Amino acid sequence: MIRLQNIEKVYRTDTVETLALNKVSLDIAKGEFLSIMGPSGCGKSTLLNIMGLLDEPSKGEIKIDNQQTINLNDKQLAQFRNKKIGFIFQSYHLINDLQVLDNVELPLLYRDSTAKERKQLATEALAKVGLSNRVKHFPSQLSGGQKQRVAIARAIVGRPEIILADEPTGNLDSAMGNEIMDILLQLNRDEGTTIVMVTHDEQMAQKTHRLVRLFDGSQVQ
Amino acid sequence: MAHRFNNRVLKYSIMLKNYFKIAIAVLRRHKFFTFISLFGISFTLTILLVLTAFIDKVVGDNYPDKKRDRSLYVSRLSEEGKGTMSSGMVSFYFLDHYVRSLKTPTDIAISSVFSGTNTYVNDKKIAVNYKYTNAAYWDIMEYDFVEGKAFDKQAVANAEKVAVISEDMKAEYFGDVPSVVGKYIEADNVKYRVIGVVKNVPITSYMTYSDIYLPYTVAKDGNFKDKGYRGGYYGILLAASKSDLSKMHNEYEQMVQKLPMEAKQYNKIYSHADPYIASYVDTGNENQSGVVLVLTILSVFVVIFMLLPTLNLVNINITRIMERSSEIGVRKAFGASSKTLVYQFIVENIILTLLGGLIGLVLSFIVIQVINSMNLIANLELSINFMVLFIGLLVCLVFGLLSGVYPAWRMSKLNVVTALKAQ
Repeated sequence: MIRLQNIEKVYRTDTVETLALNKVSLDIAKGEFLSIMGPSGCGKSTLLNIMGLLDEPSKGEIKIDNQQTINLNDKQLAQFRNKKIGFIFQSYHLINDLQVLDNVELPLLYRDSTAKERKQLATEALAKVGLSNRVKHFPSQLSGGQKQRVAIARAIVGRPEIILADEPTGNLDSAMGNEIMDILLQLNRDEGTTIVMVTHDEQMAQKTHRLVRLFDGSQVQ
Repeated sequence: MAHRFNNRVLKYSIMLKNYFKIAIAVLRRHKFFTFISLFGISFTLTILLVLTAFIDKVVGDNYPDKKRDRSLYVSRLSEEGKGTMSSGMVSFYFLDHYVRSLKTPTDIAISSVFSGTNTYVNDKKIAVNYKYTNAAYWDIMEYDFVEGKAFDKQAVANAEKVAVISEDMKAEYFGDVPSVVGKYIEADNVKYRVIGVVKNVPITSYMTYSDIYLPYTVAKDGNFKDKGYRGGYYGILLAASKSDLSKMHNEYEQMVQKLPMEAKQYNKIYSHADPYIASYVDTGNENQSGVVLVLTILSVFVVIFMLLPTLNLVNINITRIMERSSEIGVRKAFGASSKTLVYQFIVENIILTLLGGLIGLVLSFIVIQVINSMNLIANLELSINFMVLFIGLLVCLVFGLLSGVYPAWRMSKLNVVTALKAQ
C-alpha cells in the first residue's frame, strides 16, 4: 500500500546540515497496522509527514497504492491526500470556530458532495466514535478524549484507505488512550484500513501488527 | 458538458456557503478584531460618502444654472509684471465692455459677488446677503420663481429699486404670508420693492447664491462704472450650442491677449473663460492651474485615506493567519489546495468589508440626515445618490481585495508541517 525507498531528509540552516532521515525503506501492506517508535527527534514524525505527502523527502521515492507521488503539483497532492489519507494528530487540531459536525465534514468540502451527503457521512462517522450526542458542540466544550474522537471521525469520514496517526494517545491518560486505541484497532479489523501510528507508548505499539524502530534517522528494527 | 458545468457551479456554491459560515464564525469569535476592522472600514466609508455627497452636491447640482453644458465662467483676472503680480475678480466694466465685444456668446450673465449687511424687522436683526445682476442674468439662469418675476432690461436701465428675494428671505423678513410681491424690503437703509421670490440656492453655489438680488444700476458705490479690469463681478457666457464652447473659449483667450496693459509695471494678463468645474477652482493663472492642483490634492488625500484602514486590515489579517495556522495546516492536510485557501481568505475579507460597507452606508445616511437637519450650510441639502452608493460599494470591494490578497498570498506559502507545529 505504501512503499518508501531510500528516503532521506536533510534540514539545512545557514551553518548546519541535519540528517533527519537516512535511507529509510519501508513496505507497508494493505490492511496492515504498523507502529513507529523511537526517542524524541529520531525522525519518526518526519517520516509520517513524508508518508502523508505533507513534507517532501530530500531524496528517495514514495509510492502509494502503486502510484508515484514525487512530481505531483500542489493541487494534485491536495486531491491525493483528500481521497487516500486521513490524519490524526497528537494535539487534535480541530478548528475551534466550527461545531463538531462541521469539523468532521471538512474533508468532504474539498470533493464533490452535497450538503445532505456530507451531513449523513459525518453523522455516521461520529456514531462510529460514539459521539452522536456532541454534534452541535464546539471543540472547547469537549474533553481531550472526546476531541481526539472527533479528530478520528474527521479522519475516517472520507473513507480513506490509509490513516496516519501521530501520537494519537500522547496527550491522553491511559484510560482514554486505550479507548482511542480500541477505535483504531476496530477500524483496522473491520474496515481493513491501513494504519501507521507514531507512538512513545510501548504498550500501545505491542497491540499493532508490526513495530518499526527509528534511531537518529535510521531504521534499527 | 452541461452536467460538468452544473457540478462546478454546485461545488463553488457549496464552498462559498462554507466560507461564509467560517467567516461569520471567525468574526463572532474575535469580537475585538471584528470591531476594529468594521469600525475602520465603516468610519472611513462614512467620511468618504459624506464627502462625495458634498462634492456631488456642490459640483453636480445645477440649479439655477441649468445651461452649464453650454456656458463658460469668468471670475478672475491676474496681471503680472517683473516681480509683481496682482489678481482678483473681474470688473463690471471689463465684462460689459470687453467680454461683450465677443461674437460667440449669445448673451452674458453678469452678477456681483454677494455682500452682507444687516436689516431690522420689528427690532430683530437679520443678516442679509445681496448681490447685483444685469437683466440677462435672469434669462440665462433658470431660477424657479415661487411668485412674481425678475427685473427686465428696462427696470435695470431705469435703476428701479426692485428686488428678487429667496424663499428663506421671504419667510424670515415677512413671516408666514402667502404673497409678498409689491411689499417693500429694506437693506442697507434703502427700500426695495419685491417683484419676485425664487427657490433657495445653496451657498456653495457661490456664483448664484444670494438672499436678495438687485439691478446692478442701483448699487450705491457705483463701482460698475469703474474702468479698471478688476472689480467684484462674475460673468457667465452662454454659447448657442455645446459645440461652440471651444470657439468661445478661444475667442476669449484672444481678447485677453490683446487687452492693453493697465499700468507700466505689468506685461502680461491672464484670465480664462472655463467650464463650471474648472472655474470653481480657477486661480486665473495657468502656471498654477487650480484644477490640477485641487485634483492632485484630493486624490492623494483619498488614497491616503483609503490606505489606512486597508493597511490596518492587512495587519490584522496577518496576525490572524498566524493564529489560524493550525486551521490552515489541517485544511491543507485534508485536501485544500493553496488556491482554495487563498479564495477562502479573500472571500472572508470581502464579506468583512461588505459588512463594514453596509454599516458605513447606514452611518452615512444618519450623518447626512443630521447635517441636513442642523442646516449647517445655508440651503445645502445633501443626499446619498446612486453614484455615491456605487462608489461606496466599489471602494468596499477594493478594500476587501487589497486587504485579502497579501495575507492570503503569505498564507498559501505556509508549509503544512510548520503550520501544524505552530500551535
